[in-house]
Amino acid sequence: MGLKEKMHEIKLKYQGKKMAPAFNAFHTFLFTPNETTHSGSHLRAVDDLKRTMNTVILALVPCLLFGIFNAGYQHYSAINGFPENFSLFEHFINWENFILGATTVLPLVVVSYGVGLLVEFIFAVIKGHEVEEGYLVTGMLVPLIVPIDTPLWMLAVAVVFGVVIGKEVFGGTGMNILNPALTIRAFLFFAYPTWMSGDKVWVHDAVERAGTADAISGETILGYLAQGNNTEMYAKYDLSEMFFGFIPGSVGETSTLLILLGGLFLIFTKIASWRIMLSAVLGSLAMGLIFNMVVDFGWIPEYSKFYGLMSFDFWQHLIVGGLAFGIVYMATDPVTGSQTNKGKWIYGFLIGFISVMIRVFNPGYPEGVFLAILLMNVFAPTIDHYVIRGNVRRRMKRMKNATILPDTVDGAGAELKAETV
Amino acid sequence: MSKDIRIKKGLNINLVGAAEHTTSKAVSSNTYALNLNDFHGITPKMLVKEGEEVKAGEPLFYDKKMQDMHFVSPVSGELVEIVRGARRRILTLKVLADKEQDYMIHKVPDLDTADAEELKTYLLQTGGWPFIKQRPYDIIANPQKTPKAIFISGYTTAPLAAELDYVLQDKRQEMQAAITALAKLTPGKIHVSVGKKGDSVLERMKGVELHKVSGPHPAGLVGTQINKIDPVNKGEVVWTITPQDLVIMGELLLTGKFNAERVVALAGSVIKNPKYYVTKIGAEISTFLYASGVKQEKFRLINGDVLTGSKTNTEGYLGFYNNTVTAIPEGDDYEFFGWNKPVFDKISSTRALTFSWLQPNKKYDLDTNTNGEHRAFVVTGRYEEVFPMDIYPLQLLKACMVKDLDEMEQLGLYEVAPEDFSLTEFICISKQPHQQIIREGLDLLQEEIG
Repeated sequence: MGLKEKMHEIKLKYQGKKMAPAFNAFHTFLFTPNETTHSGSHLRAVDDLKRTMNTVILALVPCLLFGIFNAGYQHYSAINGFPENFSLFEHFINWENFILGATTVLPLVVVSYGVGLLVEFIFAVIKGHEVEEGYLVTGMLVPLIVPIDTPLWMLAVAVVFGVVIGKEVFGGTGMNILNPALTIRAFLFFAYPTWMSGDKVWVHDAVERAGTADAISGETILGYLAQGNNTEMYAKYDLSEMFFGFIPGSVGETSTLLILLGGLFLIFTKIASWRIMLSAVLGSLAMGLIFNMVVDFGWIPEYSKFYGLMSFDFWQHLIVGGLAFGIVYMATDPVTGSQTNKGKWIYGFLIGFISVMIRVFNPGYPEGVFLAILLMNVFAPTIDHYVIRGNVRRRMKRMKNATILPDTVDGAGAELKAETV
Repeated sequence: MSKDIRIKKGLNINLVGAAEHTTSKAVSSNTYALNLNDFHGITPKMLVKEGEEVKAGEPLFYDKKMQDMHFVSPVSGELVEIVRGARRRILTLKVLADKEQDYMIHKVPDLDTADAEELKTYLLQTGGWPFIKQRPYDIIANPQKTPKAIFISGYTTAPLAAELDYVLQDKRQEMQAAITALAKLTPGKIHVSVGKKGDSVLERMKGVELHKVSGPHPAGLVGTQINKIDPVNKGEVVWTITPQDLVIMGELLLTGKFNAERVVALAGSVIKNPKYYVTKIGAEISTFLYASGVKQEKFRLINGDVLTGSKTNTEGYLGFYNNTVTAIPEGDDYEFFGWNKPVFDKISSTRALTFSWLQPNKKYDLDTNTNGEHRAFVVTGRYEEVFPMDIYPLQLLKACMVKDLDEMEQLGLYEVAPEDFSLTEFICISKQPHQQIIREGLDLLQEEIG
């Protein structure tokens, strides 16, 4: 009981001072505050923003753990060759993989949270508002969507950029237009393009060893496909490996199975929108099917540089690259996504549709999910605008058909009607 | 002939401490008070000076803008105190009641032959008018405007609120008289709604359009019903009146006496014996609160129900429009890791390690803790699940916050009252004050557009 009283005393001491938000952030982390209702409803439901964000983090933890083991697995497999008879506990979940994964992945997590939260605290103290919880999720997403060997200083620079330009300049959590985690990812991609693409960054140590006798490859599946090496890719990875996630890629985005489970958890808890997830899946399938049909009609010659990805089975787009991860954890961000239920269908569908389109047509970098989501972030308010206009028009029409009683004697009601029709 | 209205979106908040179906007479109160905050937008001009005697039903003040609108004393006695606040604004009027009540008797109009003008004047002069509220703006009805319809909700869905079916049992005559009179004030219909399952005397009223409503809260709120039956358009006015106020208005029309008597539910988990009391408007709450007994010393006392009522204390008085008084525990304590541990004993609209979805009929003992801090709007799509109107709640709230008059109009602010946003406020993850936002929006719209 001592802690509670002590924290309360410190809170009263800091009240109204500059540093209050910083202290309150720690205090409310330990204890839900003693605030009571003042106006309106005297009761409030138990859910708050911290619980909401915490639920998303819970859904991300399996992806993080898998990413740690996969980092080790990909590294050792690249050196020693993939094991013949793969066994989950013998070859994947072992100390060797964990130690290597932990020493490469956890620094990313620490830098992402450390730098991001520091920026948030500074802004909260300067602007005198409470530290909002948005970064709790962003900080977890960022290490999961970057290549494993991303230098920590690059990550730190990107996080500062993403939090300040992507969020704080708009007024903080709830006010931003672009998803901050994707802003960070996009910054990394455009600021350090040679680092962020190619076949070397996806497996730990591949960059260091390049050009030496011990050189290893870390080509992703999309990398193979973009170069038209479909048969080579299928020789190396089978569908179950793609689905379970034993493939190279960004840290946490490889295991479609765990992402699927995370997505179902978020839908069940009612934290993320099932409308966006479902329609995004449908959108990507639709675009994939269209490309498959184009290939089937023989409109694209086999030597075309688009052939590899266009002929890739439409549904398999969902189990490679970051598409599934993007759909479940990024497209569903409520602040930057569509806010109306109808709008969510359109917004999600276009994300899936455009993601696959960018995959096929982007020559430099075959992953298009983050660009598609950022693009739709920009258009989400427009989609909502038209959905809401529908409601407004219905109201206008109802009014047009109404017999408005003269509100006074002079028939101002009739005038009013004429003016708005 | 009745029509059915089925509401699907919403949330029933089941709380412990519902009032039992027994009624006692509360001891008479020493002083009675009118709280001016109950009359939103009214600027009082006093007719009686401090220390003067009034009869029950004698006007205490009138409204500066609508001068024929009188507000009367609920009892006879001496006006002992005019409590004033900042800039000498009148807050409360206290009347020390006589032992023997002396009523002001008005000459009653003949309900069969009286015309609208005559009835209007009668209600305005005798203090019956302020019971009529209007939409848009959720204020006392402007007598100069003709409503397109009048709505009366006899269906109770708000948590722990007085059950109208029980309270109104033997008030048929009074309510019929009031409805007959009100029918002359509108060229449109009088819409009366009752619960689908239930037995209300309102079902047997003549001259009304009856609706049978089913579904969770806010199905019983009159705003929800208006939206489903005949929504308010720009330029139109509808009136609403609660059944318990119909009773007083009816008696005023039948006998010429303003009898402020009312059956009030005393409910909440803090009350030892929650039940009904017969008391009067403006009575000291303590006259019946301690008769039922309280379980603890510190608690939140509410004039009204837990979602829409106003905060009061043990020295407070029964509000002008309230037929429920609720007492619930205060929640001014910290909770260790309250934001991430599994929760079984509180209501939640999600399933984020909260388990109220497992037992939809369980009764909860909730306190006034906000369960989190105030934040900007973040999540979307949650309000829509408990908001049955054809309105975008989040967008309307935001329009009010940024004071965008065009948006407020177009998104349907004319159709709502703050109470319609009580449930979205309850489930709000960002802990935003929805009802306050809507109230300020309505005030701004009225000021700018009128």
